[in-house]
Formats: sequence, C-alpha cells, structure tokens
Amino acid sequence: MISKFLPGSGWLKQVGLLLLLLSSAAMAVEDVVKFSDESLRPRYQQLLEELRCPKCQNQNLADSNSAISQDLRAEVQRLLGEGLTDAEIKEYLKNRYSEFILYRPELNRATWFLWAAPVVLVLLGGLIVLRLSRRKKPSASQESDIPVRSTDQQQRLDELLNSHKRGSE
Amino acid sequence: MNRLPLFIPFALCLALGAFLFFSLGKDPLDLPSALVGEPFPEFVLEELHEPERQVSTEDFDGQVLLVNVWATWCFACRIEHPWLNSLAKDGVVIVGLNYKDHRKLAQDWLQERGDPYQFSIFDPRGILGIDLGVYGAPETYLVDAEGVIRHRRVGVVDERVWNEEFRELYQQLVDEANDQ
Repeated sequence: MISKFLPGSGWLKQVGLLLLLLSSAAMAVEDVVKFSDESLRPRYQQLLEELRCPKCQNQNLADSNSAISQDLRAEVQRLLGEGLTDAEIKEYLKNRYSEFILYRPELNRATWFLWAAPVVLVLLGGLIVLRLSRRKKPSASQESDIPVRSTDQQQRLDELLNSHKRGSE
Repeated sequence: MNRLPLFIPFALCLALGAFLFFSLGKDPLDLPSALVGEPFPEFVLEELHEPERQVSTEDFDGQVLLVNVWATWCFACRIEHPWLNSLAKDGVVIVGLNYKDHRKLAQDWLQERGDPYQFSIFDPRGILGIDLGVYGAPETYLVDAEGVIRHRRVGVVDERVWNEEFRELYQQLVDEANDQ
C-alpha cells in the first residue's frame, strides 16, 4: 500500500493519503468548460465525440489533448454560444479542415463506398451462405447411398495396399 | 468441377494486401486541404514588428506569394528557415504568419536567423490559423495574384520540396500575372 511509503505514522499517514487523493481531483478541474446555457453541454459533448483531431488523427476532439484540439474545442464552444446548429458547426469546420475532420463522413461521391460496403458485404455473405446450404441439402439426403465397394473393388484395393507395403520394405 | 470460384477469396485477399501495402508509403499527415482553389481567408491582424499596423489580404497587393506559418516553439521551422531566406533572396515574396507565439520571442528569433518575410502577420490566438485549417507548424501556402490558394504544404519546405511541389507552379503563376 501507498501508506507504507509515506513518512510519519498514524494520523500523519492518513493526512498524507488524503492529500494524494485530493491532488488528482484538483488536476481534473483544469479543463472544465463553462456554458452560459447548460442545455448546450450535451450538444458540445456530442460534437466533440464526432469531430476528429486533425493532428493526432486517431482521436476525437474530446479525447485529444493536443494544442489544436484545445483550440478547436474552444471554437466549437464559441460557435455553440453564437447559436449555430450542429450541422452548421460541422460545415464550418469542414470548410477549413476538409472532410477529414468528420468521423461520420457525409454521403457523397467519394464516400458512398464506405457507407454501402457493409450492406453489400452482408448481402453478399448471406447470398453465399444461402447457396452453400442449398447445395448441401440434396447431398445430405443421399448420404445413405454412398456406393458400397463391390468385392471386386475390395480385392483390387487390398492388392494395391499390399503391393505398396512390399515396395516400401 | 470448376475450381475457379475457389480462388475468389484468395484474389480478394491479394487485392486487399496490395491496397494496404501501397497505402503504407503514404504520409498520414498529408490531409486533403479544403482551401486549395479557394480565396485566402479574410483577416485583420497586427503586424509582428509594428503592433500599431493592421494587416489584411489587401497587403498581398496582387502579388504571387507564399504564406509561411511558423512559430518559435516549432522545431521544424528552424530547419526550414535557411531555405526561406534563400528563396527571399531570389525574389520570392514570402509573408510570415506567426502562429500562437509571443511577439518578443518571435521578433528575437527573426533578428537572430534573418527575416525572409515581406511582412509578418501576428496571430497569437490562432484565429487566422483556424480559418486556414492550420493544425501545426510549419505550413506553407502558395497564393496567386487573385488571392486564391493554389497549393498547400504541411511540413517543411526545403529545396527538394520546393523543386518538387512549388517551383513550376510558382513560375507559371508569376508568368500569368506578368502577362496581364
């Protein structure tokens, strides 16, 4: 436990532990955003989730702590305060940072494939499964009439096996 | 039995592998720019050396020029700077955009390393930066005589990049501007 590594004993340790716990709370307060109208907050959160940090690339604005993300968060907050709709804010940022900034890309000539691919793949997969299952059905009913080897054939088979054994000796 | 269909998954995997393999060489920071072909965004900001002077796109004055986004905190800008100096010496008009920086630090920096800029826009809060879609420094924009952005480079512009991406287009734009 941490208390082992703290100097002093008894209550002093406990105070030390308490201070440690409080320090993390103090740091967490740093990036609190203030809104004049609290109803904007959920929209703000939602937008930050859906907007991509242009610098760090695989994080959204909510997760990233890079300088540009901080600026863009402030910008989103400012635009919300000015009364722009979510779509207008996205458009505003798209005009500056290109479509790259949208984690949910718009449907257009360059992105239709992204949107269509899952549907097409599921349909294709379903089709293949359907075809395979249809093909199996008749053969399953014929399982009982696998041709039985005639004595003639069995003889030939034994001969072949034996000749192989002899050959390898 | 026709075995050709059995190779379809294999072919698909091969195609996917080839696509991923050739994507490896791409620079992930090379984002498509929303502003190429668009007019340079309007701005009114202070000049870096003369705080009382306001500069705007009107100061571009119909010249073909480069706008170079830089800052003292940007390490790559130091690497890029000598090449900008030599471009300026060759008569290329460069406008500095000092991005999210401190005035005094920026002035000292230019004093020390040479000032290739015809004038410097001072943008301590990154306002013009956001309008330009800047997400780091250095970045360099080639602006034509009509004030339209024709090319954008994210990252260092050195001799190699200049020759590969800028030289030809720059010369062509200058020639066009002279013809009119």
